[in-house]
Amino acid sequence: MKLRIEVVALDCLMVRLFDDIAEANMPWMLAASENLRAAFGAHLIDLVPSYTTLMVHYELTALSPAQARELISSALIDLSPNTRTGGQCHVLPVWYDLSVGPELSLLSQRSGLTVDEVIRRHSGREYQVFALGFAPGFAFMGLVEEVLAAPRLNTPRKKVAAGSVGIAERQTAAYPVVSPGGWNLIGRTPARLFDRERDGYSLMQPGDTVRFEAVSHAEFINLGGDDTPLEAQA
Amino acid sequence: MSRLSIEASTPLCLLQDAGRFGVRHLGVTQGGALDWRSMSWANSLLGNELDAPVVEITLGGFSVLAEDDCLLALAGADLGAQLDGQALAPWRSFKLRKGQRLRFTQPLLGARAYLAAPGGFDAPKVLGSSATVLREELGGLDGMGRALVEGATLSYATDAPLLTRELPFEQVPDFKLDSPLDLVIGAQIGEFSGQSLFDAFNSVWTLDSRADRMGIRLLGTALEYQGKPMISEGIPLGALQVPPDGQPIVLLNDRQTIGGYPRLGALTPLALARLAQCLPGAKVRLRPVVQDVAHRQHIEYLRRFSDR
Repeated sequence: MKLRIEVVALDCLMVRLFDDIAEANMPWMLAASENLRAAFGAHLIDLVPSYTTLMVHYELTALSPAQARELISSALIDLSPNTRTGGQCHVLPVWYDLSVGPELSLLSQRSGLTVDEVIRRHSGREYQVFALGFAPGFAFMGLVEEVLAAPRLNTPRKKVAAGSVGIAERQTAAYPVVSPGGWNLIGRTPARLFDRERDGYSLMQPGDTVRFEAVSHAEFINLGGDDTPLEAQA
Repeated sequence: MSRLSIEASTPLCLLQDAGRFGVRHLGVTQGGALDWRSMSWANSLLGNELDAPVVEITLGGFSVLAEDDCLLALAGADLGAQLDGQALAPWRSFKLRKGQRLRFTQPLLGARAYLAAPGGFDAPKVLGSSATVLREELGGLDGMGRALVEGATLSYATDAPLLTRELPFEQVPDFKLDSPLDLVIGAQIGEFSGQSLFDAFNSVWTLDSRADRMGIRLLGTALEYQGKPMISEGIPLGALQVPPDGQPIVLLNDRQTIGGYPRLGALTPLALARLAQCLPGAKVRLRPVVQDVAHRQHIEYLRRFSDR
């Protein structure tokens, strides 16, 4: 790990910790995040973590760029990874079906696996939440098995149903709300991923782990899922 | 309690404040008034907190009827506002008597007008802010992220100050100014070709009609990024990102929180306030500025609000 601090805006600095995406980054990213929040205190406006970086948006009336830089440097001296198993483990029920996950067939073709085997492999792994972004509560998770990796759709869909579970490259995610999207859709979860009434709002947080559990159509409906086929919503 | 009933509106007329902060790590966008400077002056004219909830009216098509005697303030674009048919210029507070109508007709100068009320318009705070973000279904009058609609009622609770005020001429932002927009250089600027850096700061950029609250595309010479593909990272307000087609996009208040296109840096808040008042087709130039200098200039400008 080599720490770099880069200017990205008048009141924002980018803290770069790594060059590549890796599950092993996470304990360092969590520790850095914690230290930065403590160091900036009330002068922190927002801290935006991603896979390898943390963007610090600070109160420009309280800190000069030089002071902000100094705070970051001192907060991250002698950083040690946060190895506490503090992250929650979530089990997300998923109804894997062509009507709500049309790319199941594409992934099956690409991989040479049967649809059932694609489902078994996607749900057979524990994923790490790397970052939240794109939409409130949208968690970028990974990594899916190499054989399931697939590029984003050439033409993103204008409308993807809430709860849709998808794959892009070796990442997987679920859409919290209806939105445009270019991920390969394979199923749908009834879980409420973002809830303004919930403490912390987002079901998943960076550092959490997630397992997908295949459920039947009846279970999906019982859990409050909406089985409207994708085309019918477009 | 004073009320205004909305008689006409458009999807571009939104309740806004300074935006939603402290939740961007959850993927929640910033939102808020695109021209923060005009919003601040509108609030300042009433002695409000500078970030009290205001109505952002883009291009016009908005009309309200006063159900009580009201005192309001207007700043930002001249959208041909009429008070019972009489022209009403921005940058002032004014009285609106019960039964009187305030109507915004068409853009005469600038693009966005800000209407403020004493203490700010009433709206629930959702995740700490009333800023309306349609895509995220957050903020606005009912908290569900909807634009202002005909038939809805705007209200405010605070007793109105008695006197109307006008912003001194020397404080009124000049929307005709054609000096370059300051860009704090940074991010991946070192990985663009030398020619592209020259082009970025020496050519004229045209504002595309593909523009919304997420971003405004600039048309001109294509810029060439020579670095490696990027891993998504946090996006600051005003970031000038360059997608593979080379046509830069200035990212605005409703941008996504993280993204993977390379950037030359970010426009300063004052440059963003000016850009928010430009219509599609407008020509702009960019000027590089280092972070320290931009910071000092901004702090200097903010004194104008506290000196009042």
